[in-house]
Amino acid sequence: MPQQVPRLLAVFLLAAIALVVARSLLVPETFGELGHYRAAAIDSVIAHEKKYAGHQECALCHSSIAQERLASNHRGVRCEVCHGPSANHVAAPMNVKPEAPRDRGLCVLCHEYNPSRPTGFPQIDPVAHNPLLPCMSCHDPHAPVPPVAIAECSACHGQIARQKAVSHHATLNCTTCHQVPEQHKVNPRAVRPTKPEDRAFCGGCHAQAVPGIPQIDLRTHNPTYQCWQCHYPHFPETRE
Amino acid sequence: MIEADNQATPNQDASPSRDVDRREFLNEMLAACGTAAPVLFGMVRVPLQDDQYDAAEHYYGMGIDVNKCIGCGRCVQACTIENDVPEEPHFTNTWVERYIITSDGEVVVDSPDAGMHGFPRTETEAGIFKTFFVPKLCNHCEEAPCVQVCPVGATFTTQDGVVLVDEGYCIGCRYCIQACPYGARYLHPEKHVAGKCTFCYHRLVEGLVPACVEVCPTQARLFGEVEGRPTPLDQFMRFNSVQVLKGHLNTKPKVYYANLDGEVR
Repeated sequence: MPQQVPRLLAVFLLAAIALVVARSLLVPETFGELGHYRAAAIDSVIAHEKKYAGHQECALCHSSIAQERLASNHRGVRCEVCHGPSANHVAAPMNVKPEAPRDRGLCVLCHEYNPSRPTGFPQIDPVAHNPLLPCMSCHDPHAPVPPVAIAECSACHGQIARQKAVSHHATLNCTTCHQVPEQHKVNPRAVRPTKPEDRAFCGGCHAQAVPGIPQIDLRTHNPTYQCWQCHYPHFPETRE
Repeated sequence: MIEADNQATPNQDASPSRDVDRREFLNEMLAACGTAAPVLFGMVRVPLQDDQYDAAEHYYGMGIDVNKCIGCGRCVQACTIENDVPEEPHFTNTWVERYIITSDGEVVVDSPDAGMHGFPRTETEAGIFKTFFVPKLCNHCEEAPCVQVCPVGATFTTQDGVVLVDEGYCIGCRYCIQACPYGARYLHPEKHVAGKCTFCYHRLVEGLVPACVEVCPTQARLFGEVEGRPTPLDQFMRFNSVQVLKGHLNTKPKVYYANLDGEVR
C-alpha cells in the first residue's frame, strides 16, 4: 500500500467523525423523525390552550336551552358566537361566567342591513327598527321568531319578503302588483296569483311624473323588453 | 457449579417464580436493553394507544360557501382570541374581504380591521352592480411554497395536511411571507417568528373544529377531511361546484370555495 493512502484514510476518517459529531450537536432532537422538521414542534403547537369550548360542552349542562336553540332559526348559531369564548367557564362553572350580551350592538353585527349580505338573510335598518329597544325585549335569542304574526304572503315567500323589506319597494304591498285568489292559499301550485303583464303596469308609477320616483319614457326606454327582464321588481337596483 | 446449583433446585417446584440462571438472566437483560434503547433514545416512536390522536388517519381541508357569508366577522374575532394573536399592530390569521363590483366593472375590495368588527354599510347603493363577502385564510396547500422556501425547516406540513410553524426553530427571515401567494402569513410582532393559521391544530387533536368554524353563525365555513371520507366537507364538495384560489399556481390548496365569483383572487 502506498505510504500516503493510510494518511489519507486517517484524514477521511477524522472528517467523517467530525461530521457525525457536528451533526449530533447541531441537528436538533426529533428533527427528521416525521419529515424535514422537528417532530417535537407539533407537541408545542398542541400544547396551546383552547379558549372556545365547543357547543357540545355547553349542551352537557344547558341541555334545555341547547334543544330549544336547535329547533329554532338560530340552530346554526353556536353558543359561543354570542356568549364568547367559554373554555374557562367549562373548567370552573361557578367562578367564571361567560358574557351574556343584552344590548342591540351584538345582534346588528349580523342583522343590520348591508347590501353585501346574501339575498334573503333577515336584516333590519337599526335606525328605523324600534330604536333604543333591546332586541331581546321582542325576540328570544335562543329561539328568535318575528314578534308579530307574519303577513300572509311572507309565510311562504319569506325570501322575497325579506329582500323586498330592505328595497325601494319596501312600502308596496304584494297585492299592489299581484292579485291573489283565495284558493292560492289552499292549493298554491294549481291556483296562481297574477303577475303584471305589460310595461304599462310599471309605467303606472314610473311614467307618471310622480316626484321621488324614478321616471322613464315608456316609448324610448328599451321598448323591446319587458321591465322585469332587466329590473328585479322585489329588489330594484339603484342607479344614478 | 451453576449446573450443580440448578440441579439442586428442582424445576418442577410449585413456586410461581421462574427459575433463571445467571447466564440466562444476563442474556435476557441484554436483549431487553437492546429492545428498549431505540425507544429510550427516540429512534422509534412508541405505538399510539387507541384513544390517542393518530395524524396519519386524517387529512384536513376547509369548505367556504361565499353565498352564506354575512360578513359579521365572528370568525376573525374568534381566531384572534383562540390563538392569542395581538390586536395591535393589526395581524390576523383569517380575514373577511368585501368585494364591490360597480356598474362600470370596477372591483373594489376592502377589509376594515380584517372584518373583525363587521363592515360599515356602503354610503350609497347607487352604482353597485353586485357585492359579497369572501372569508380568507391559509389554504394549507398540499404543495406549499412557504414550506419549500423555509431555509431551516421551521415550516412544515404535518401528516394530516396542516401547515404549521415551529416557533422554537423559526429564525424570522420572512422568506415564507414573501413566498405565500395568498398573503396568509405575517411576522408575529411579539414572538418575531412567522405567524399563520394552524387550522387550530390544538383543537383538531381533541376532535373539535377550528374556532372560526365553531362560531360561524351561517355555516359559511365547514371543516372536515378531504379524499372522500364522510364528513361535512365531503358533502359540501359533492353538492357544490367548488374551486380553489389561484389554482393555476399548482399549490394544491385545501380550502375549497363554493359560489366564488371570477373576480375573486
